[in-house]
Amino acid sequence: MPLLQVKNLGINFGGLKAVDDFSVNIEKGMLYGLIGPNGAGKTTVFNLLTGVYKPSTGTFRLDGQILNGKSPIEINRMGIARTFQNIRLFSHMSVMDNVKVGLHNHQTYNVFDGIFRTPKYYREEKAMNEEAVELLKVFDLEKEKDNRAYNLPYGKQRKLEIARALATKPKLLLLDEPAAGMNPNETEELMSTIRFVRDNFDMTILLIEHDMRLVGGICEEVTVLNFGTELAKGKTSEVLNDPRVITAYLGE
Amino acid sequence: MQQLCEQLLNGLNLGSVYALIALGYTMVYGIAKMLNFAHGDIIMVGAYTLLLSGSRFGLPWWASVLLCTVICCVLGVSIEKIAYKPLRSSSPLTVLITAIGVSYFLQSSALLIFGSNKQKVDSLIKIKGFTFYGINISGESIVTLSVTIIIMILLTLFIKKTKMGKAMLAVSEDKGAAQLMGVNVNSTISATFAIGSSLAAVAGILYMSSYGFVGPYTGSLPGIKAFVAAVLGGIGSIPGAMLGGILLGIIESMAKTYISTDLADAIVFGILIVVLLFRPTGLLGKKRMEKV
Amino acid sequence: MAKKQMTGSEKLILAQTQLKANLKKRKKTVFAVILGIAAFIICNVLISTGALGRQGSGLLVPICINIMLAVSLNLIVGFLGELSLGHAGFMSVGAYAGCLFTIHANLPTIIEFPLALIIGGLTAAVFGVIIGLPALRLNGDYLAIVTLAFGEIIRSIINSLDFTGGAGGLKGINKFSNFSVAYIAAMITIVVIVNLVNSRHGRAITAIRDNIISAEATGINVVFYKLLSFVIAAFFAGAAGVLYGHHLAILKPGTFDFNKSIEILVIVVLGGMGSIPGSIIAAIVITLLPEVLRDLSDYRMLIYSIALIVMMLSSSSTHLAELRMKIRKKLGLSGRKGVA
Repeated sequence: MPLLQVKNLGINFGGLKAVDDFSVNIEKGMLYGLIGPNGAGKTTVFNLLTGVYKPSTGTFRLDGQILNGKSPIEINRMGIARTFQNIRLFSHMSVMDNVKVGLHNHQTYNVFDGIFRTPKYYREEKAMNEEAVELLKVFDLEKEKDNRAYNLPYGKQRKLEIARALATKPKLLLLDEPAAGMNPNETEELMSTIRFVRDNFDMTILLIEHDMRLVGGICEEVTVLNFGTELAKGKTSEVLNDPRVITAYLGE
Repeated sequence: MQQLCEQLLNGLNLGSVYALIALGYTMVYGIAKMLNFAHGDIIMVGAYTLLLSGSRFGLPWWASVLLCTVICCVLGVSIEKIAYKPLRSSSPLTVLITAIGVSYFLQSSALLIFGSNKQKVDSLIKIKGFTFYGINISGESIVTLSVTIIIMILLTLFIKKTKMGKAMLAVSEDKGAAQLMGVNVNSTISATFAIGSSLAAVAGILYMSSYGFVGPYTGSLPGIKAFVAAVLGGIGSIPGAMLGGILLGIIESMAKTYISTDLADAIVFGILIVVLLFRPTGLLGKKRMEKV
Repeated sequence: MAKKQMTGSEKLILAQTQLKANLKKRKKTVFAVILGIAAFIICNVLISTGALGRQGSGLLVPICINIMLAVSLNLIVGFLGELSLGHAGFMSVGAYAGCLFTIHANLPTIIEFPLALIIGGLTAAVFGVIIGLPALRLNGDYLAIVTLAFGEIIRSIINSLDFTGGAGGLKGINKFSNFSVAYIAAMITIVVIVNLVNSRHGRAITAIRDNIISAEATGINVVFYKLLSFVIAAFFAGAAGVLYGHHLAILKPGTFDFNKSIEILVIVVLGGMGSIPGSIIAAIVITLLPEVLRDLSDYRMLIYSIALIVMMLSSSSTHLAELRMKIRKKLGLSGRKGVA
């Protein structure tokens, strides 16, 4: 059974069909790309899958569980985490605390444990700190851990967002334009980080990207969206050479 | 029945004043996306100006009105330039606290200059009222209602027909895009504050003609209630502010007569909470969604 | 990803820096505890030797009350990032509940007064839930106005009820408040709120302030934490109200108006939103200021208002912000939006 099953997902804003009849199956451990021209509805798909918008039609399941209609909070807890196209960090908190917020739901000490500093508080905070540092190391951010998030350079902010999403221990990770604003070297590094995450965290990743070198370099399969509908779908190399896709990107 | 009609008229009278103040709130909120907490205190400044010009120096009524409007207008624009403009990109919390600071500044300045005692302001309106089917209609009511109607018509025409009015609509829709289209955002915001504050001056004059006393805190309660009116009508919407103001005035005077004078304010605030909870965009407001 | 592997010496260095950081944290805690105890002893000595005079000793309880109010409001304003203009409302609910309890109950003081503090706190906390509920649907300016409206509604209702004494006020309250009780109450407030904001629950509250959309996407239960902040803040404001009532021996609804809420807000803003030590210092300064500068008492509100505006304008200017950071570092205070 595929990890993510999306069937005929669609949403209307007023009369406009922002996304229409979107279906996809993503197998566990896959790196899947979602591409298409600006305004094709890619981020809207992410917003549907994370519960920010409620779909007008269709269903989606993660590991067989129906998730459509659930709130963003429930969806995150059931195993989908995401990053945002316009970075949304907890910018006045430290880098470390950003990741620790991600770990929030994997700790069990309650408000009273926190206020009265019970042994459970110390035990879990210690475990949390170690786990957060481990995650930051993956993204080469451990030296920045006491820095405020807004002080980080752009590329590191993007990485921190991925780290925070991973900290929620999702089954499926959605990355919205992870390489936006990065130079070729940074993109190259990001590609290896994404692969590393997939291999070492046993992660399934769905990503939106405009950088075709990144998509061609790491995605096994892609879907092309155009005007909210699916234009092409399949093995990355085949789809990227499809004349219809080239036309959609470059025009007639 | 007679009492009901008179209370209805009182409500309309009070409601017109709220509507004029609410227009200032709603225009500023629509364009600068901020709650100008000090807006109510502009009324107080207008009332004190009236006290000095009319009662102390004995200027003719038209000169008093002109002086009030000019002073409030200059004050409103200066507040925006000094206190709010540097905060355009700051968090709403910062802007709101600043606005509260400005409101307090105006109140405590008035307290220092004029003292805490309320002072009598002579009404500018000398027209005699008349009785119609046993209902007393005061001169104040006649003038308040007609002035409000005229201002509403002029303001609607201004927004719809003039270049500046259209610029205001554009800025309230999308500041960035308006700027790219060559709209001068700074002067549009200044114009908004100028109009809002002038309307507050007029509201202050009308309020004084009915209530007659001014103190340092005179503006804050009508100010807050006018904000309630603006929210009730749908903040950012000009017809909404008019509707909300009139409705609130009627509700308040009915509550005072038929329920309890002490609880009238509580009822007004209760309405605000209910409206915000069940229809946060007000009666005529548009829904806004944050882009993710 | 070769560089992910660390050499042994690097690991050692990292471990050492972590150890140092832990030590530094612990030192800070120990320092705070010593400071707290020392302040208590010094104040008590000063009271018993009469060095403070009647007037000076009379200010100690109001200082503690203001610390409780400011620190609790800071949880909402500084950490949750919402503006509450109804803190005086919570205070009044707690004050009336606690004072009515001590008037009607007939228990030994040692049981009655602490119980009154808890009852006042809990009653206010119930109102915290009521005000917190709109907070789930609203934010920013709208929420601020709703909190203001709630405060005014509470005041009007107290004003029109009989058993609260109405506009004439509630009289015949015992003067139970003394420095020791007030000090302990203030300390409990500080410890609870500091510990809360430094736990995972506090981080969740701060995350909501910084970005509510990504807090939801990270699985933070926004509803729960908004309510929690309002409830805890209301509890301590209510308890502060009980102290206040038993300090003055009379309660008047007019005391708890919008101006009182603003005064608490001024303390929080001057101390720095999100800084607990800042709130404590500002509460002390603001309580003492009118007494020290008697001649300037007419100008008090004017000075507050200018201070509010200047603080906000300077916090948004990067140049001044840097200067503030430097000063704060020298004084050893944490940053504006940092965790205390």
